[in-house]
Amino acid sequence: MQKPILSFSAALAAAAVLISTPVYADGRLEKIKSTGEIALGHRDTSIPFSYLDDQQNAIGYSLDICYGVVEALKEKLEMDNIDIKYVPVTSSTRIPLVANGTVDLNCGSSTNTIERQAQVAFAPTTFVTATRFLAKKSSNLSTLDDFKGKTIVSTAGTSNIRWATAANDSQNLGMNIIPTKDHAEAFLTVENGRALAFFMDDILLAGLVATSRNPDDWMISEEAYTIEPYAIMQPKDDPEFKKVVDEAIIAMMKDGRLEELYKKWFETPIPPKNVNLNLPMSDSLKRAIAEPSDSADPENYK
Amino acid sequence: MNGFDFDVIDRSLGYLFQDGMMFTLKLTLLSATGGLILGTLLALCRLSKIPLLSTVAGTYVNLLRALPLILVIFWFYFLVPYIGAWLTGASRPVSVGGFTSALITFTLFEAAYYCEIMRSGILSVPQSQTAAAKALGLNRVQVLCSVVLPQAFRNMAPVLLTQTIVLFQDTSLVYVLSLTDFLGAAVKVAQRDGRLLEMYVFAAVVYFVICYCASQLVRYLQRRTAVSR
Amino acid sequence: MNYYWNWSIFFEPSPYGNLYIFTLLNGLVWTIFTALLAWTLALVVGTLIGVARTTSSRWLRILGTIYVEFFRNIPLLVQMFLWYFVVPEVLPKTLGDAMKQIAPPWGIFIPAFLCLGFYTASRVAEQVRAGIESLPVGQRMAGTALGMKPTQVYRYVLLPASFRIVLPPLTSELLNLIKNTSVAFTIGLMELVGAARSMQEFSFQVFESFAAATSLYLVLNLVVVMATSWLERSVAVPGFMGSSTTSKSKKTGNSTVNEVAP
Repeated sequence: MQKPILSFSAALAAAAVLISTPVYADGRLEKIKSTGEIALGHRDTSIPFSYLDDQQNAIGYSLDICYGVVEALKEKLEMDNIDIKYVPVTSSTRIPLVANGTVDLNCGSSTNTIERQAQVAFAPTTFVTATRFLAKKSSNLSTLDDFKGKTIVSTAGTSNIRWATAANDSQNLGMNIIPTKDHAEAFLTVENGRALAFFMDDILLAGLVATSRNPDDWMISEEAYTIEPYAIMQPKDDPEFKKVVDEAIIAMMKDGRLEELYKKWFETPIPPKNVNLNLPMSDSLKRAIAEPSDSADPENYK
Repeated sequence: MNGFDFDVIDRSLGYLFQDGMMFTLKLTLLSATGGLILGTLLALCRLSKIPLLSTVAGTYVNLLRALPLILVIFWFYFLVPYIGAWLTGASRPVSVGGFTSALITFTLFEAAYYCEIMRSGILSVPQSQTAAAKALGLNRVQVLCSVVLPQAFRNMAPVLLTQTIVLFQDTSLVYVLSLTDFLGAAVKVAQRDGRLLEMYVFAAVVYFVICYCASQLVRYLQRRTAVSR
Repeated sequence: MNYYWNWSIFFEPSPYGNLYIFTLLNGLVWTIFTALLAWTLALVVGTLIGVARTTSSRWLRILGTIYVEFFRNIPLLVQMFLWYFVVPEVLPKTLGDAMKQIAPPWGIFIPAFLCLGFYTASRVAEQVRAGIESLPVGQRMAGTALGMKPTQVYRYVLLPASFRIVLPPLTSELLNLIKNTSVAFTIGLMELVGAARSMQEFSFQVFESFAAATSLYLVLNLVVVMATSWLERSVAVPGFMGSSTTSKSKKTGNSTVNEVAP
């Protein structure tokens, strides 16, 4: 019986040591230069930003942007080759992994928000989307009030589930919110009837519907609830690295490469099912490209 | 739900076994080996007469046995780079991949369980063995390595192997890190093709067959090597 | 890679509307609740299966063995997924749909509790079997000689003795069950690990959330160990084998070694 007390106090002591130990780090540029490799975080099912194709290779719009950044890094660091290490992340692990050094650039579908800027930094916005919900056409849902007392699903660690939880509390909706590990699982939760709707960024919803078995069964809501500017996530407090990354992306915006990438992923057929999302560039994105900004304020993107 | 779709299993066999099962087996074997070595050392520390060693080892073992494996997995996944930087003098962030992090986690976690098994094993070797060995003039290290430990291993072999089978099952928990072990691969295929039923049942069947055969093997070995007392 | 500590995060409001510390305590309550209910199910079913494996009826023994082997050789996470995703699909459509319509958290709690209960029952069954088998054969014979029916022999002679013997391993099974409730986090149950993750995702304070969850698990562990020590002392029959020796009874041959199986 003394043993558990001993382990408890030992754990507290270890914690106390941990608190007082400062942790510093060198910049990522030095790390990339000396190890010759960069770690890119990617997603499994964030179509078309960062997802796995039939051969389980990571592809997508955000990854292509990151490849452009890697080219710029090669030039800046005067290296012939930088090995790319692919690190699978989920919405809830991406921030701690960028913060603890496992991932250098997170190339996925991360929203730039003020809260997140306390832990990580963001490159200039490369996509603008909004929170909507996905449901079966037969459910006939249109507004938030239709969900009073019902069950919805969203992906853990996203800005969308955060908004849904806060709205649930402030508007007293009494909704049950199921958190899932990733988007595909959330989609399946609606498909097999456990939840009424999936709240997520509308572009991701569109990607899931387009690649589903019966796209005609699904509807995405007209109402949009939040504005979500996407950007590549990078470590905080590393100004040299941020400068190189930001300049690389701005260069891609200025010389038209970003528009080409946009066309490739949003206006032509994409793997694995060769579906065309057919989504012309929105006005807010055009403005964000003309005037690159890494601001988290949704007002800037209206 | 229409009929059971064997096709999806058929198509993904290569991915499931070459990527998924290989990952699981590699993780199991490497952490079992590392865990056993570390566990034996911990057992010796716990049984040692030096209070510092036995307290530290005891605290470590009790702490890890009191925590759920999922929590320990998360701790190490997020913590290892910081510890790595601290250990190497904080010169640069130590970027560890998912597999390395899982390997460290399982080795350290299983070491606590192997330690208890080995401690039991070492204690089960009669005192007379140690006494006889010392009477023959062997020093303490030789007594340990040539007399006590081999007998302890032999006594505890079935339990150690059973614990390894448990470890094999526990590796499925790397699912929470989105690593592609056998279960992770099955889940990926299931979600991509919308065939949850087939893939989960298939994964369950494969795990069952492997673990059942392994535990029958352990039982057979136990009968063959049982020493009548 | 700098980490910004913020221990006061526990007293800051979460998106749920309450303070983060209440999110964690909520999780703790769910862990305890799930564990207690699953333990009850496990004891009932486990005792039945354990007894079945020691009866003279061949069929009962085979059934018991099938049960135990099935639940021991499939990883707990896979079993959790089977209960949550697969069972509603293989049941008849109306029953399956009814299961899926149960709103969370109960819709998630019920598969989790069934999964944990039946899984732990298989381990309890093994302990009960080992306990009964470690009793001298004469006990059962004496009971029969006194004119007791088999159920009475079990109820009045074998089970009381064997439970006292296996109380220590049963304690470790209960502790394992409490740890295993964390696996239900993967299907969305907001028990302690789920609550810690949720806190980590909303507040970004990874280590504070996990440190709190770890401390709560250690406290829970402590409480259970103390409670079961008290229980052991209070039911011990002075001078009887259950009170002092043999949780470490090891037999040659092929019976289960019930000492350190985690």
